[in-house]
Amino acid sequence: MDEILEILEKNARASVEEIALMLNKSVEEVRETIKKLEEENVIVGYNTLINWEKSSKETVTALIEVKVTPQRGQGFDKVAERIYRYPQVKACYLMSGGFDLTVIIEGKDMKEVALFVAEKLAPLESVLSTATHFVLKKYKDDGVIFEKKHKDDREALIL
Amino acid sequence: MNFKEMIRPAVRNVPPSGIRKYFDLINEMKDAISLGIGEPDFVTPWCIREAGIYSLEKGHTHYSSNPGFIELRRQIAKYVERKYNVSYDPAKEILVTVGASEGIDIALRALVGPGDEVVIPEPSFVAYKGCTAFTGATPVTIELKEEDEFRLKPDQLEKALTDKTKVVILPFPNNPTGAIMPAEDQRKIVDVLKDRDIIIISDEIYAELTYSGKHVSFASYPEIKEKTILINGFSKAFAMTGWRIGYACGHPALIEAMNKIHQYAIMCAPTTAQYAAAEALNSCDDEVDAMVREYNRRRRVMVSGFRNAGLECFEPMGAFYVFPSIKSTGMTSDEFCEKLLMEERVLTVPGSAFGACGEGYIRATYANSYENITEAMKRISRFVSRHRS
Repeated sequence: MDEILEILEKNARASVEEIALMLNKSVEEVRETIKKLEEENVIVGYNTLINWEKSSKETVTALIEVKVTPQRGQGFDKVAERIYRYPQVKACYLMSGGFDLTVIIEGKDMKEVALFVAEKLAPLESVLSTATHFVLKKYKDDGVIFEKKHKDDREALIL
Repeated sequence: MNFKEMIRPAVRNVPPSGIRKYFDLINEMKDAISLGIGEPDFVTPWCIREAGIYSLEKGHTHYSSNPGFIELRRQIAKYVERKYNVSYDPAKEILVTVGASEGIDIALRALVGPGDEVVIPEPSFVAYKGCTAFTGATPVTIELKEEDEFRLKPDQLEKALTDKTKVVILPFPNNPTGAIMPAEDQRKIVDVLKDRDIIIISDEIYAELTYSGKHVSFASYPEIKEKTILINGFSKAFAMTGWRIGYACGHPALIEAMNKIHQYAIMCAPTTAQYAAAEALNSCDDEVDAMVREYNRRRRVMVSGFRNAGLECFEPMGAFYVFPSIKSTGMTSDEFCEKLLMEERVLTVPGSAFGACGEGYIRATYANSYENITEAMKRISRFVSRHRS
């Protein structure tokens, strides 16, 4: 099961047939396992990792440190939910240390992100403060390095 | 001057490798897929590269002692004990070499010369026979058989031994067949050798690439430990081929003799590589495990690819090679490989390059990406069905 996850984590497009072959299992067994993993929300989704800088779409990413007051009986979860429901929010993590939530926002330009912080995020009742950091360049995301793919330059030799 | 005459007959008479011509051909082709190179496609794990870089930053650019940094030898001793349950004294029983290849060469040079015989199971890595021939000793080959899963059988070994036999080479996990020697088969070989004055060179460079349980080292049998030179290295397990670093472990008298040649011919293994190797032993178990799992998945894809193409294919349990039989096509292995390269642009290596008994087989390595392996198997399947009809 872990090896199925290991394969899919690297290549979400690996087919059931391919995985079965790689792991010497039946197609049926792999299909069932994946179905179960999806139902149990172990596999949460299948995304494509895009280097937007190379596309024609203008986009900026910002990482926002948010300090909040946890709400009685619900801790941070309720505040976090009010934030992560916005589609602009690409990621939201509860943190240890000097602030509470890391919120990653994508927008088409700095103005859009700034407006989101000023109009949506900062006015929330439980939000005490925000600090916005804009991403200048992405080198690596989700374990994948964005530079040009490594070319196979192994030379032939006798062995 | 007649330069040919100047070359020692022992060197002159070793034929050029049968693989060479394919390399010249493939260098001209842009879209060819090479299943020909016996080295990992993975780049050395970053923590190892970083350790090499750091050693350069610190200015560690001098020689080490001849047998290698004592700290590295200590770590090798620990690693070999942890992995294979054999213990060696790092001060006297371990020599750091320039790849496992150097270990094989200096072991042979330390032990044999004209009049001696070296027993070599085939098909196997081309250097055993070549290095033996360079010393003037006589290689005596044993033909391993597909029906034995390319394992060495005790009666075959017994038959090959004479009163001139000084060395037996045990090349498992095997290049090119991918065969391994499970414990029950090893036991029988140990019984044949334990009471004879014969040195065993056990080349276990592919030890970590074993896909059915844990690798068992020949050196771990107490009856033959003293007479066994264990050869291993970093190239295959840690994807460190270009660093050229390996090691030999054995009886102090043997290691001392090997070190004598090593100190004059080589001085010491490259210092940067030694620092990197120490890091590899220290902190890369997870990365090695991940690479082995990945090889194992590719192995299954390639074996089933050959079988689906209609070729008989023994299931290899070690190294990163598949050794299918191409006898059913009616071609020789040389014809098969050349036509496959010219018509479908896939490079494989004829089994005959690894000994006469490799005729009828080809070697393909799965140290390549899934995409390349899948595409290569498609081309091979097309090729086989075209030449069958």
